[in-house]
Amino acid sequence: MSASHQRLEMLGISKRFGSTQANYLVNLSVSAGEVVGLLGENGAGKSTLMNILYGLHRPDAGAIFLDGVQIDVSSPAAARAFGIGMVHQHFMLVQNHTVAENIALALSEAPAWNPVPYARAKIEEFGGRYGLKIDPGARVSDLSAGEQQRVELLKALMSGAKWLVLDEPTSVLTPREADELFVLLKRMTGEGHGIIFISHKLDEVLAITDRVVVLRHGRPAGECRTKDADQASLARLMIGRQIDKPSISNLTVPGEAVLDVRRLSAAGSRGPLTVNDASFVVRGGEIIGIAGISGNGQRELLETIAGMRPATAGTVSLCGVDITDHDVRTRTAAGLAFVPEDRLHTGTVPSFSLTDNAILRDAHRDLFSRNGFLDTAKARERSERLISEYEVAAPGPDTPLRNLSGGNIQKFLLGRELDASPKLLLAAHPTYGVDIAAAAVIHRVILERKAAGAAILLVSEDLDELLALSDKIGVMFRGELRAMFPREKATRERIGLLMGGAPATPEEVP
Amino acid sequence: MIMWKWRLESVSTPSSVRVGATMVLSILAGLSLGCLLFLVMGVSPLAAMVKMASGSFGSWYGFKETVTKAVPLTLIGAGLAICFRARIWNIGAEGQLLFGAIAATWVGLGLGHHLPGWLGIAAMFAAGALAGGIWAAVPAFMRVRWGVNEAVSSLLLNYVAAEFVQFLIYGPWKGKTQFGFPYSDDLPNALWLPTFYGSRLSWLPLVLAGAVVVLLTVLSAKTRFGYDVRVVGENPEAAAYAGIPFGRTVFAIMVLSGALAGIAGATEIAGVHHHLTYPWSISSGYGFTAILTAFLARLNPAWTWLSAILFGGLLVGGDVIQTSLGLPFATVNIFNGLVLIAILAGEFMIGHRFVRIQHTGDSR
Repeated sequence: MSASHQRLEMLGISKRFGSTQANYLVNLSVSAGEVVGLLGENGAGKSTLMNILYGLHRPDAGAIFLDGVQIDVSSPAAARAFGIGMVHQHFMLVQNHTVAENIALALSEAPAWNPVPYARAKIEEFGGRYGLKIDPGARVSDLSAGEQQRVELLKALMSGAKWLVLDEPTSVLTPREADELFVLLKRMTGEGHGIIFISHKLDEVLAITDRVVVLRHGRPAGECRTKDADQASLARLMIGRQIDKPSISNLTVPGEAVLDVRRLSAAGSRGPLTVNDASFVVRGGEIIGIAGISGNGQRELLETIAGMRPATAGTVSLCGVDITDHDVRTRTAAGLAFVPEDRLHTGTVPSFSLTDNAILRDAHRDLFSRNGFLDTAKARERSERLISEYEVAAPGPDTPLRNLSGGNIQKFLLGRELDASPKLLLAAHPTYGVDIAAAAVIHRVILERKAAGAAILLVSEDLDELLALSDKIGVMFRGELRAMFPREKATRERIGLLMGGAPATPEEVP
Repeated sequence: MIMWKWRLESVSTPSSVRVGATMVLSILAGLSLGCLLFLVMGVSPLAAMVKMASGSFGSWYGFKETVTKAVPLTLIGAGLAICFRARIWNIGAEGQLLFGAIAATWVGLGLGHHLPGWLGIAAMFAAGALAGGIWAAVPAFMRVRWGVNEAVSSLLLNYVAAEFVQFLIYGPWKGKTQFGFPYSDDLPNALWLPTFYGSRLSWLPLVLAGAVVVLLTVLSAKTRFGYDVRVVGENPEAAAYAGIPFGRTVFAIMVLSGALAGIAGATEIAGVHHHLTYPWSISSGYGFTAILTAFLARLNPAWTWLSAILFGGLLVGGDVIQTSLGLPFATVNIFNGLVLIAILAGEFMIGHRFVRIQHTGDSR
């Protein structure tokens, strides 16, 4: 066991995938009792670096050292043997099993026959030592994201991890759960663990880490002690230049009701109601933000409004016309635009060229086809227009969309949806996993549409984004639209509590 | 110490040279595997290859036989290419072909004496297309309505169709003029497709196959429907998001490919056999070989004719070595299987490449 080791180092790590240099001469070290932040935009090479540390990839050059002795991390099993553990962004838990059963599965030394009592004893022991309270008999599918994350942490600790890599650990947590995680991390460093904390959120990195390593385009962009850094300096290192926050004009006066949702319910993919009796109105020139932890029905709400999911009760009206029973194409033609949550699996066809993607939702309209034949010249024209208007970095309109970075795909997708000047824009997590520069463009575009009189329904997990853009903010919890308030009355703390399930006061109820 | 290692990397946009070269190499690899098979069978691989090549491409007669077989393969393969591109697995072309043959025979025997020849032939082809389409509509409907896996249901319907043909030729349709053989009566002579001298190849199916290749190529590359089909295949969720009607699209392409298989059945009756006969004689596995044809054409209808000629040659060459070298027919099936595996492996290698990487193993 590696309990007495003091320092884990990665030196001169380089890794190339095809034509992409994911890492180039990157150094990263962590000492016992230290939290190191690994900061960078999406696509900066953080995950590649950590996958190398965890034995999922082999570096093209460079090596890993433990107390100055080179180690060969050839597989995740080897990584665990060296005391390196990882908590992935997406949890690797069997949803239908209990906590104890999941832990038993992960413990190689557990007895083959009836391992659950052994796992329970271990959970008690480690839970007590780190203050990780968790019910071993609870089914994982009943746990919140924060609790599932604790199970993952327990798994890593029990398998003897001294060095822990946490990949974007707060992305699924409420602000309160994030605070609890930070307390836990402090406790773990007190026990002598070394922690690598991956994030692209500056405030978190400043709050929890001792030292920050910044990556940009796969290369080391800088390293500093956290106490010598501030948001501005880290942002500059991360993106290489200053980004101006969008200036928000509050001058637009909301106009006519564009979207009117009344007592809307919809079933989820798994059966039970995931949208339950939601009612609200979005007016022209107004942005309504919906906060909530992912999985509380926001996705289904937008899909139901967009026509991809049938409403089980209630009505949806667009500009006074009841569209509850209209199909997707009719709604699109009526001026409904939709930027879905998953841009690669829903919003685009990654293997298609940009031109083919530019007409995904309008291929059937006269605009882009004549007598059943596609008007490829018009499609190309739109594709080229989107590339230039929305600053999409792409070699050309014939490039397969999947070759673009997330931010550029998102700009292209947003541009496509806005190209026909829709009356209503539904946007789910428009800047999720997008680099700061692209996010700034996306925010600017959304605000321009608002100024032009479009109604916008914005779902996001990023409270800063919601607070910066929305006129009103609603909170969804377990399929219910729990609360709705004007931005000036909204605080991070109150929204955070409501996201976690706190009941709304009568004046907050929409 | 320096270690060299090979790793797989993916190639996102393979060049056409890369695609072509890989296809040729993989076909050659498949043929080499076939040589091993001949060695195991105790036959000189060289002799077998030469016999296959000369029998299928080496003479006018052989080449005409090859094209005769390539016609149904093209008709069916082009339709399947569209289906497979949408990731709809129609494995039932064999049954759809047989139903086309049944319907064409029925119309030919029933109406043939009352209609002018060209009209009778047209009616046979129309009936074949309709019957093949209906036979494909069954699994399509079950897929769209109840989510029944179309690969399984269409496959099973092949056996139903084959048994039904046997029922007809041994039972109600057994010909009075066939000296006790389980064949239907012969079609009136006016319905026999004119053939090129000294062969079983007729021009009408050839023209038809060419037209189908052109039409389906345009359909898939230039039309809105073709676009919808590609979206459904590449990303069904994006299709739902775009409002593309999944059920209607799936139904349409299944019926289209079934109709083409049905037309192939009609051509076999009108052009080759002139009566309904054993199911394995009518088709010699075209419905299955066409699956390979579609894949070798990389699911692009434009290239199905070329891959159909190759597989037609393999079938003819197989017949030749079966008779001249005394090999069991199963050998040919195994041989075709080996070629297919090589092609599928080639398909993977088009999208991936081996890269040699260097590991420096020096310690600090």
